Amino acid sequence: MTKHLRDVPTSGIENLSRRYVLKGVAAAGGLVLAVRLLGISRTSADDASKFGAAGMPHGTVNDPRAFVSIAADGTVTIVCHRSEMGQGVRTGMPLILADELEADWSRVKVAQAPGDEVRFGNQDTDGSRSTRHFMKPMRQCGAAARMMLEAAAAKRWGVDVAEVEAKNHQVVHKTSGRALGYGDLAVEAGAMPVPASDKLRLKDPAQFRYIGKGGIDIIDGFDITTGRAKYGQDVRLPGQKYAVIARPPVLGGKVVSFDASQTMKVAGVAKVVQIAEPKIPSAFLPSGGVAVVADNTWAAIEGRKALKIEWDHGPHGAYESKSYRGALETTARQPGNVLRSEGDLDAGLAGAAKKIEAEYYIPHLAHATMEPPSATVRIRDGKVEAWTSVQSPQAAHDLLAKTLGVAPENVTVNVMLLGGGFGRKSKPDFAVEAGLVSKALDGAPVKVVWTREDDIHNGFYHTVSVERLEGGLDKDGKPVAWRHNSVAPTIMSIFAPDPKHEVPFEAGMGLVDMPFDVKNLRIENGAAEAHTKIGWFRSVSNVSHAFAIQSFAGELAAAAGQDQKEFILDLIGPARIVDAKNTTKDFWDYGENPDVYPIDTGRLRKVVELVTEKAGWGRKLPPGHGLGLAVHRSFVTYVAAVVEAAVDDKGNVTVPRVDIAIDCGPTVNPDRVRSQMEGAAIMGLSLAMKSEISFKDGKVLQSNFDDYEVLRINEAPGETHVHIAPHGYDVLPGGVGEPGVPPIAPALLNAIFVATGKRIRTLPLGDQLLKA
Amino acid sequence: MLALMVNNRRYELDIEPETPLLWALRDEIGLTGTKFGCGIAQCGACTVHVDGVATRSCQLPVAEAAGKKITTIEGLAGDTLHAVQQAWIAEDVPQCGYCQSGQVMAAAALLAANPKPTDADIDAEITNICRCGTYPRIRAAIHRAAAMASR
Ligand code: FES
Ligand code: FES
Repeated sequence: MTKHLRDVPTSGIENLSRRYVLKGVAAAGGLVLAVRLLGISRTSADDASKFGAAGMPHGTVNDPRAFVSIAADGTVTIVCHRSEMGQGVRTGMPLILADELEADWSRVKVAQAPGDEVRFGNQDTDGSRSTRHFMKPMRQCGAAARMMLEAAAAKRWGVDVAEVEAKNHQVVHKTSGRALGYGDLAVEAGAMPVPASDKLRLKDPAQFRYIGKGGIDIIDGFDITTGRAKYGQDVRLPGQKYAVIARPPVLGGKVVSFDASQTMKVAGVAKVVQIAEPKIPSAFLPSGGVAVVADNTWAAIEGRKALKIEWDHGPHGAYESKSYRGALETTARQPGNVLRSEGDLDAGLAGAAKKIEAEYYIPHLAHATMEPPSATVRIRDGKVEAWTSVQSPQAAHDLLAKTLGVAPENVTVNVMLLGGGFGRKSKPDFAVEAGLVSKALDGAPVKVVWTREDDIHNGFYHTVSVERLEGGLDKDGKPVAWRHNSVAPTIMSIFAPDPKHEVPFEAGMGLVDMPFDVKNLRIENGAAEAHTKIGWFRSVSNVSHAFAIQSFAGELAAAAGQDQKEFILDLIGPARIVDAKNTTKDFWDYGENPDVYPIDTGRLRKVVELVTEKAGWGRKLPPGHGLGLAVHRSFVTYVAAVVEAAVDDKGNVTVPRVDIAIDCGPTVNPDRVRSQMEGAAIMGLSLAMKSEISFKDGKVLQSNFDDYEVLRINEAPGETHVHIAPHGYDVLPGGVGEPGVPPIAPALLNAIFVATGKRIRTLPLGDQLLKA
Repeated sequence: MLALMVNNRRYELDIEPETPLLWALRDEIGLTGTKFGCGIAQCGACTVHVDGVATRSCQLPVAEAAGKKITTIEGLAGDTLHAVQQAWIAEDVPQCGYCQSGQVMAAAALLAANPKPTDADIDAEITNICRCGTYPRIRAAIHRAAAMASR
C-alpha cells in the first residue's frame, strides 16, 4: 500500500485544528518529495550491527521521503522525529538536513512526527543520542533530496547533471547562470529516484552553512514566548473531559474498596473509573487506582479529594529511607560482586603509606519536569488517537495498542512539546492511563492531568545509593590502590524480578569505565533490593558514580597535600586509549562500538586543562571561597567543571561562578550545547544542595516544590561560562543533554572542602554546614 | 454566570466561583499559555497580570478575578511584541519553554515597577521555578529588555 506523507498528522504542536500541516502545504499547490513509503534504506553496517543507532529498535532511516517535503512556494518542511524537551532537537535535527539540502533556513518549517519507528527510525529520545545517531542519516536525507532537485533541474534544462549545482534554495546551471527555485522543482524532484546511499555526495564539512556555526535561534522561541506553544497539558479537543487519578501510594499497592459518594456530589464531576493494578514488576504500565472524570481539571481535583479509598499497601509498605541507608552501608562494607579487578588490591592497600576510606550517599530524586505528565486520548470507530508529551512515542503507541486491545495500525500517537523530560517521559504510563479512562467513557476524549503531587508521589525515581571508596597513597602521595563498592537498586527491577545488582548499562555509567591510572584496583557492586519504581533520571547512574569518584579524588588530593588539578591529571595519567573492552566486564560504552568511541584520556585531560585555564584555576579568592574541580566522561562525551563556592559565617553556601568545558566532538548548534550546560549546572546544583525524595511506610514524604526543592534564580550561579572544545570532524559527535550533570555536584563539594575544610559526603547539602 | 475580562475581551463562564482563575483560563476559556506547574503558588508557571500586578492564578478564585483587568501571556504583546518577549527571543532563553510564559509575565511586571533592576532585584523579585535552568539567560534577557525600553 502506498501512503502519502502529506497525510501524516503532525504532532499537534501546531494548532490542533491545523494538524495536517503537510497536507496544508500540498493543498497550496506544491507537490512533495515525499511520495511513497518504499525502499527505506537503513544505515546499519552489518559487522557492527549491534552498536550505536543500528543497535536501537528500528535503527535509522535515511530516506528523504520520510523527512522532507517542498511546497510550490519553496517552503521546505522537515520532519523532526525526536521529542523536543528543551534540548533543541526540533532545531538541530532539521538544521542538519537543511544544511545538506542547501536550503535557506529562513524558509524551513518543522513538523513533528507521530510515533512510527518503521517510518522514521528510532524515536526514543533519551540517552543523549539524537545527534550522535541521526547526524549521518539526516545528512544523507538532505543530500539525497538535494541531488533529486539537481536531477530535476538538469532534466528540465536537458543538460548533464554535472553542470548543475544546488545552492541556497535554488539549482543553478553553472555555465549559463540559469536558476530554478526549489519550489519550481518540487514536483519533478519528487518523481526522481532516491539516490542509493553509496551514491550520495555529502558536503565537505568546510562548506557547512549552519552546522556548527551558531547564531541559530530555536525554532519554537516565538511560540513559547507568546504562549502559543502547545504541550501535552495544553491539549483541548471538542467535548473533552478531564481526569485525575488517585494512585496507590506504595509500589504494588491495591485498592481494597472505595466510596465515591461524596465525589459524585462535587459540581462538575461526571464519573469515577477504577483502573486495575498491574502485576509487579509493571514496566511502564500505570499503577492503577481510581480516576475521577470531570468537566474541568479543578472539579476533578476536588472530586478526588472527596474519595474515600481503603488501600492494601502490599509488600513494600515498610520502605523507610533511613533504615534502608543503613542496610546499603552494611552491604557496601562487605565484598560485592567483582566487576573489574586489576593488579593486587589487597597488597596495594597493605603497602600504602596512607589509607583513606569514605562513604557517599545520594537519595532518590524526582525529575519534577516543569510540565507534570499529561495525555489526552480519544477512541473513535475503533481508532485510538493520543496527544501527549512522551520521549518514547513508539512505546506509548505499542502499549496503548496492547492495553486497549486494538491493532497497532489503529493507534496514532501525536507528540506534543514536552515541558521537560529528563527521563521521566520515557515512561508512557500516563498515556496508557488516558487510553483506559477514554475506553471507560466509550471513547470520549479525555485528558489525564497529573498534579505536581502526583508527579512527586508516583514517579520513577533516580536510584538511591551508597558508594564506598577506599584508596591508598604511596609515600609520594601517588595513588597505588583504589577500591569502589557501589550499592544501589537497579532500574531493571521495574522490568523483571529484581536482579538486585547494577546491570551493565548502569555499572557502565562511570563505575567500571572509571578511567584513572591506578595499578591496583577493584570495582565491586553489592546487592540492593528495590522498594519503589526506579527510573532513568538525566545522566542516570553517572550522577551517583561521578559524585563519589570525583569527591574521592578530591579527598585523595587533600590527603596527598596536592593541588586538585595536578592530582587529577596524574590520576588520569598520560593521554591514551583505556583498554576497557578487555579489562571490564560487559563494557557497555553507551551502546556504542568501543573501537569507534573509546575512552580517550587525552580528551579527558584536555577538558580539565581547558576548564581550569578558563576558570582562572589558582586565582586569589576572598576568604570563605573555594574552587572545586571534577571531570567525567558520560554518553561518550567529556565534561569538566570548576565550581566556585562561597560559604559565609553562618554556613550558607552560594555559587558565584561555574565554568564547564565540554568535548562532545563536533557540534550542530553550539548555542544549544551551551544552554544544555547552563541548565545541567543548575540541575546538578539542585541535586547537590536541595533535592531529596525519601520514603516512610512505603510512601514518598515530599509532595510539591515546597518540600521537594530545586534551585531558584536567587540560588543560581552568579556567572556561568561554557567552553566548548573545538573539533573538526576527526571524531564523531557525542551526547550533550546529559553529560553536563555528573561533574557538578562533586565539583561543588570539592569547592566547599577548599573553602571550609569540611567534606560533605551526604547529598543533598541541605543545612549540613549551617551553624546554630 | 460569572464575567471575566481577559486580554480586553469579556467572557461569561458557568463555573464554580471558588475555581482558581488558572483553570478558568486553561480549561474553560482555552487560553493555555498560562501553565500549571504546582497549584500551590510555588512555581509561578501560572503567572498572569491582574490589574497590572503579577499574580499566581492557581491561587486566585475566579470570583475574585471578576471585574478586574486580566492579562495573560497571549495578551501581553500590543502591535509589536513586548520588550520582554523581544529580549527573550534575542537571548534564546527557553529550553523546554514550559515555565517561560510565567517568567515573561513576572519579568514584565518587574520592569513596569522597576525599569532598571539590578541582579539583586531580579533575584529578589523573580521567584518562578525553571527546572531546565534558564536562570542565567533570564537575568540577561531582563537586563536587555530594560535597556531596550530605556532607548
Ligand atoms: S501553578 Fe501557580 S504557582 Fe505553580
Ligand atoms: S525552560 Fe523548561 S522549565 Fe523553564
